[in-house]
Amino acid sequence: MNRLITISQSPHVSGDFTVKKIMYSVIIALLPALAVSIYYFGLDAVRVTLIAVASAVFFEYIIQKFLIKGKQTITDGSAIITGVLLAFNVPSNLPIWMIVIGALVAIGVGKMSFGGLGKNPFNPALVGRVFLLISFPVDMTIWPTNRFALLANPDAVTGATPLAILKEGVKNGEKVTDLLSQVPPYLDMFFGNTGGSLGEISAFALIIGLIYMLMKKVITWHIPVTMLGTIFIFSAILNFANPEKFADPVFHILTGGVMLGAIFMATDMVTSPMSKKGMIIFAAGIGIITIIIRNFGAYPEGVSFAILIMNAFVPLINKYFKPKLFGEKG
Amino acid sequence: MTILVTIITLVSIGVIAAVILYLVAQKFKVFENPKIDEVEEALPGANCGGCGFPGCRGMAEALVNSDDISTLFCPVGGNETMAEVAKILGKEVTAKEPMVAVVRCNGNFENRKRTNQYDGTATCVMAASLYSGDTACEFGCLGLGDCVEVCNFDAIHMDITTGLPVVDQDNCTACGACVEACPKDIIELRRKGPKNRRIFVSCVNKDKGAVAMKACKTACIGCGKCFKVCAFDAITIENNLAYIDHEKCKLCRKCVAVCPTGAIHEINFPVKKAVVKSDEKKQTEETHINTDKTVNK
Amino acid sequence: MLKTFLKGGVHPAANKLSADKTIEILPLPKIVVIPISQHIGAPAKVLVTKGDKVKVGQRIAESGGFVSANIHSSVSGTVFKIDNVIDTSGYKKPCVIINVEGDEWDENIDKSKELKKDFTLSSEEIIKKINEAGIVGLGGATFPSHVKLSIPKGKKAEVLIINGVECEPYLTADHRLMLEKGEEILVGTKILMKALNVDKAFIGIENNKPDAINYFIELVKNFEGIQVVPLKVKYPQGGEKQLIKAVTKREVPSGGLPIDVGAVVHNVGTAFAVYEAIQKNKPLFERVVTVTGKSVKTPLNLLVRIGTSTIDLINIAGGVPENTGKIVSGGPMMGKAIVNTDVPITKGSSGVLLFEEKESKRQESQNCIRCGKCVSVCPMGIEPYLLMNLVENEMWDEVEKYHALDCIECGSCMFTCPSQRPLLDYIRLGKSTVNNIKRSRKK
Repeated sequence: MNRLITISQSPHVSGDFTVKKIMYSVIIALLPALAVSIYYFGLDAVRVTLIAVASAVFFEYIIQKFLIKGKQTITDGSAIITGVLLAFNVPSNLPIWMIVIGALVAIGVGKMSFGGLGKNPFNPALVGRVFLLISFPVDMTIWPTNRFALLANPDAVTGATPLAILKEGVKNGEKVTDLLSQVPPYLDMFFGNTGGSLGEISAFALIIGLIYMLMKKVITWHIPVTMLGTIFIFSAILNFANPEKFADPVFHILTGGVMLGAIFMATDMVTSPMSKKGMIIFAAGIGIITIIIRNFGAYPEGVSFAILIMNAFVPLINKYFKPKLFGEKG
Repeated sequence: MTILVTIITLVSIGVIAAVILYLVAQKFKVFENPKIDEVEEALPGANCGGCGFPGCRGMAEALVNSDDISTLFCPVGGNETMAEVAKILGKEVTAKEPMVAVVRCNGNFENRKRTNQYDGTATCVMAASLYSGDTACEFGCLGLGDCVEVCNFDAIHMDITTGLPVVDQDNCTACGACVEACPKDIIELRRKGPKNRRIFVSCVNKDKGAVAMKACKTACIGCGKCFKVCAFDAITIENNLAYIDHEKCKLCRKCVAVCPTGAIHEINFPVKKAVVKSDEKKQTEETHINTDKTVNK
Repeated sequence: MLKTFLKGGVHPAANKLSADKTIEILPLPKIVVIPISQHIGAPAKVLVTKGDKVKVGQRIAESGGFVSANIHSSVSGTVFKIDNVIDTSGYKKPCVIINVEGDEWDENIDKSKELKKDFTLSSEEIIKKINEAGIVGLGGATFPSHVKLSIPKGKKAEVLIINGVECEPYLTADHRLMLEKGEEILVGTKILMKALNVDKAFIGIENNKPDAINYFIELVKNFEGIQVVPLKVKYPQGGEKQLIKAVTKREVPSGGLPIDVGAVVHNVGTAFAVYEAIQKNKPLFERVVTVTGKSVKTPLNLLVRIGTSTIDLINIAGGVPENTGKIVSGGPMMGKAIVNTDVPITKGSSGVLLFEEKESKRQESQNCIRCGKCVSVCPMGIEPYLLMNLVENEMWDEVEKYHALDCIECGSCMFTCPSQRPLLDYIRLGKSTVNNIKRSRKK
């Protein structure tokens, strides 16, 4: 044999998991939700998603090339995910320039300023989304009605989300029980026939994505299940205490960004805790903060803020919630 | 009116905060000999650990607190710094001769045939814990640059054409970090020598001559010729390896001339003219004045 | 529901290419190179000098301490020289090199093949004999067996576990041994039970070896106190602590030994060696080695004399394939890459594994994406990503605090890492540095 043989430390084999595979599995898991939003919002959904993805990838490329000057990372798929998730979190009629700014903030501030994939403490898409929400509150909270509603009622170009209806009503002293009659039936909400941001409307499509990711072992059940469970239980307690003031748990689970957040945002590997125990604490925290913001805060929706707040606690959670050591008592 | 209220509020907050800060600072004040600050100021501030203390502050504390500071030495600042410190403290120091790090391996790609390819994490410690190296020489440089990584003074670099580290003698402060870092104990601190001239055996191979020779063309084979020719008892041979004591060496260069493999290196000497016999001259020219691993800036 | 350990673990592709190949006897080599340090602990002291005539089974180096083992000649012939040769450790170590002349065995060794079931020796005598025979853990760890059998004061062995897991991919040496020497292994187990004064023994076998499980279930009917435990396939089940957990549900405490929970684990190969040592007076000088790899012409299992050069084994299996990029002694997860094909087979060599060029190179490592997979697969419950960070930053106190020393170096973390980060490299460095620091602290 004339070639030099290689020497390296064990293990000499590696599994078939790669960052790319994980990222593209997540992208595939996002497709059903994208399909639903295209179904309901038409070409607008395509436009927003394409622009968000393109500008996210573009900004990552530019920053990696001219600021970080490292190896190109755009092929790993994480910028695409950020783009899609950002698009999923905005109304489908958002002006193009706002989406581009959102993508710049998401990638530039949320991700690359910390050193790129794996180093960011906050979910980049949510950083972009919250930036847009605070900067352009009006554009970010006017949701277009979907195509079918528009056909039925051509004048109602925009409509409020169920959460906004509730918040507004409660503020005006109306009873939740009465308000709930104004929102679409739960079955419609489950399949996506409701108002809201692009990707969050259909719980059904998002759950398909969740099942796909669980099957591919991209994520574990801990975060989504705990988060949904916490929201359900906490809102059930409130609802039980005062059904006139607080909506029922099913309403909270199905509306807004809860499903999207629980399945795709909170489970973001980079910004969630490492150990199973930590994940449960993290997800429970998100659930509680979400319900607090929704029921007692100024904003109708709180998932984004809740996830960002808990993102900030991740290093702390990692420090104090260690996996159980082999041979450890208790 | 509003502006006035605002100003008053802000100012009073500032004042209260300042008072609190002052009180807290007073309460938690730790007394420290002011000389420590002075001495620290005089030290180079490289925090390299070459003195054996964690950082310059540690060294400064030790200098202030110990009565006899002749055992303490800042290799980075050298004699000048130590003299200054001595002046501040009014203590005695003895001047030390300047030292420099020397890489004692000449197994470049040409001299040392590669037998393996290392594919693990590229640090010398890890490679050394796995195997003896990607050549037949068990003792030689692994070429993965732990010494470069650890150097605070930009004084050691990998030469990609040879795969060996090169010491920049002007930058080297002899802090000893690379000596510590090298898992093969190849790097040694030696006297810089008059006019920066020095002689050393550029090999640490302890194998028998034939084995060493097979592994590397410029290995020390322990033949003993240098030992015999040395008039100052500066050379010892142990485990088939010659070593030149830099305290005793008078830089006569006789050993360089007799070394059959060119393992003994001379640095910064002018090229020898015909002062010795003609056959010796021939040998001298063959020695490695230019392949030397110390760069002169 | 089959038993297994609970925490972590991975499922590397099994690739047991040689599982149905009966053990062949490798023809005697012309020369053997027997390292005097084939075990954990002090190297043995050489007893022979150049020119000495030796017989098969003759002791050529004596144990250099309590944790050490005797070395016996695996061939008959003349000692050619005692020299430094590169062994599996990657470093030159003193070895006894013997020119092979004929095959003359020591008179005391019983060369017959028949099964000898009865034994009369007492516990102490058995341990003494095992010590004399130079038996070490044949699973790969090469820990001297007599040390494991000598129970420290105040501790009591309750159960013996025989490790027939062979969780490493590719390797089939133990599997074949179980199928072909089942009864011998069980007699060996009985002997070990006697040595430990325990009346219970479990044989743990992963259920990817159903033939071995069924065979043993049949066999143990004639052996009182021995029970077969089929286990769910999961790497690293062959790890001592994981196996104890899987079989007995007991967890060896951090920093503790199996005996702390009353368990003693021996490999099936060791049990067989014990049988031969006690019943046949045969010291440990040969072992079963799997020669395998995806492009190896005929992957097979060989009975090999210790000290045979690796190349002799590969040649029997069809020679070194042209596209070989790496040669590993042992399995792919924990085996050691060897420097060249002249490295001798030692007591710890369970396999010779040839990797194709394209499998040999590691992939480029990327940023950690904090997916936590290393944490969830770690069978010891430590956090590889964290330790790697700490080691990179040389925070040795923290490295120790976060249990680097618990790492069993199974490689699961690195196997599973989607960013191909060299986690284990750094943890190993952390372990050795922390151990050095601890040692210097004691002084």
